[in-house]
Amino acid sequence: MSGSRPWGKIILFSSIALFVISWLIKAGVLSSTGGVTDISVRDAFFVTLAAFLTLAILSFLYKDNPYYKFAEHLFVGVSAAYWMCVGFWSTFVGNFIPRVSSTLSGFFGVPFKEFNVFYLIPLILGVMLLMRLSSKTGWIARWPLAFIVGTTAGLNLIRYLRSDFVNQVSNTFVPLLVEWKGIGPFFSGFSLSASGQFTLSLTNWVIFVGTFCGLVYFFFSKEHKGFYGGASRLGIWVLMVTFGASFGYTVMGRVSLLVGRLTFLFQDWLGLIS
Amino acid sequence: MNKVGLLISFGLIGAGLLWFLIRAIRGQEVERRIIFVFIGLAVAVPILFNITFSEKASPIVEAVYDKIENLSSGSKILISYDYGPSMAPEVEPMSNAFLRHSLAKGHKVYIMGLWATGQSLAGAAIENIVKKEFPEKVNGVDYVNLGYKAGNQGVLNVIITDIRKMYLTDVAGVNLDSMPIMKNVKSLRDMDLLISVGGGLPGVKEWVQFAGDPGHIPMAGGSAAVSAPLLYPYWPTQLVGLLGGIKGAAEYESELVRNYPRFAKMPQPGVKMMGPQTLAHLVIMAFIVIGNISYFIIRRRQG
Repeated sequence: MSGSRPWGKIILFSSIALFVISWLIKAGVLSSTGGVTDISVRDAFFVTLAAFLTLAILSFLYKDNPYYKFAEHLFVGVSAAYWMCVGFWSTFVGNFIPRVSSTLSGFFGVPFKEFNVFYLIPLILGVMLLMRLSSKTGWIARWPLAFIVGTTAGLNLIRYLRSDFVNQVSNTFVPLLVEWKGIGPFFSGFSLSASGQFTLSLTNWVIFVGTFCGLVYFFFSKEHKGFYGGASRLGIWVLMVTFGASFGYTVMGRVSLLVGRLTFLFQDWLGLIS
Repeated sequence: MNKVGLLISFGLIGAGLLWFLIRAIRGQEVERRIIFVFIGLAVAVPILFNITFSEKASPIVEAVYDKIENLSSGSKILISYDYGPSMAPEVEPMSNAFLRHSLAKGHKVYIMGLWATGQSLAGAAIENIVKKEFPEKVNGVDYVNLGYKAGNQGVLNVIITDIRKMYLTDVAGVNLDSMPIMKNVKSLRDMDLLISVGGGLPGVKEWVQFAGDPGHIPMAGGSAAVSAPLLYPYWPTQLVGLLGGIKGAAEYESELVRNYPRFAKMPQPGVKMMGPQTLAHLVIMAFIVIGNISYFIIRRRQG
């Protein structure tokens, strides 16, 4: 370990030196125009900081290191503080104050609505939640927590039942022969376009068969043999296709984030692309 | 399209893949960091050479476009910024395209966010898009930024009956009752279209469950690719349409530019990102094939 310390210090000082040089170049201080640039010294600092933090996070791909840890902890801390500040101004000042005090409303510059005693209940529950910080009175926090869990579960139960169960079942009841007027008109107007009768009917068949076979796979009260076994096997294929689509989309999402970061480095920091 | 750039990209990627294939046939392992560097190059080179491909809107994207396009001028559209900076490269092109399209059509735009980070990103969109590209639009008349409120789907549960129970002012502290845009707007039910752009929780799913479905309000979405497959079953009955990942954003941008030539000079980050995206996908598909070749060769040698 002692042998790696000098290298650690060299890398640290080199990083700081590179940061300062990059900042000065970005701000135009070192340019021949004598500092005339379209970006202020403050903005140049933040762009350089963002670039170095990006590189610090990407350095994890090589191996875990103190620079990655620093960037990670900074991100968590800043995020938590940001959410708390915005929450205070938007909810505590924006919603609570106008319903409890005209004096405080005037102080914070928000329009006073009218005194509403019910708004004191979330205040009390909020204070009770903070009791968790004390080891002696921590048990009090269980009451507001129970209220939150109960309310969320109740709300979600109804909404999920409606949107993700009843409506989804309803969405599966689709016509298997869309706008069917007979075999003659079907072939005379045959088209492979996305809005064509054939494509729409095929899509509905895929939904019907896919849903049916997917459900058969998860029905374990009957042995998966014969026709039932065939439907079950098709159900597995449907599930595999779904997992494949999810994987493909996940890859697309991750690559998009990488493209976003590299574009920032090349465009905003290094100025290689316009 | 930059043909030289495309040639260099394909040459570099092809040479790299050949090297991987030779190692796979020989049964030699590849250090994972080399794979990271290779993926990085496959993404970086197309960015540097500005490689793009033409996009055409798929039916699910076209449905959103047509909905905004066919609403009569002055209709009320609510756009919810339900994302943070970590998701922004993927979904910000969508929210920007929705904003441009809605304002170009003369709709009234109501902006809000169920994510605290969405509030400042919406503010940036107003500064960079609305004020620069639509200087004639007036805050409080043509658009309003309501900001963020804590409570996730609980917020939707309230504003579906009364917006003013949650929002007394806009994000700058201006009383909503003093704004012309808020006249005759009591709840979400007064909106002609709801659009949620996000990819986490709360996001499009919660908007469908807590606003679109119970209020019978037309609802569209723009989602990060990771959560898009979970939202497709909502289309076309519970969602008017959906933009899934950067591909959806690119399709919407190209449709917008095709019909509104004035946007041709505007940034099209979705279309730009599809170049590196396509090449990165080709590399990953090749990796899957090479991995399988390696697997069968090793199994044959062992067996």
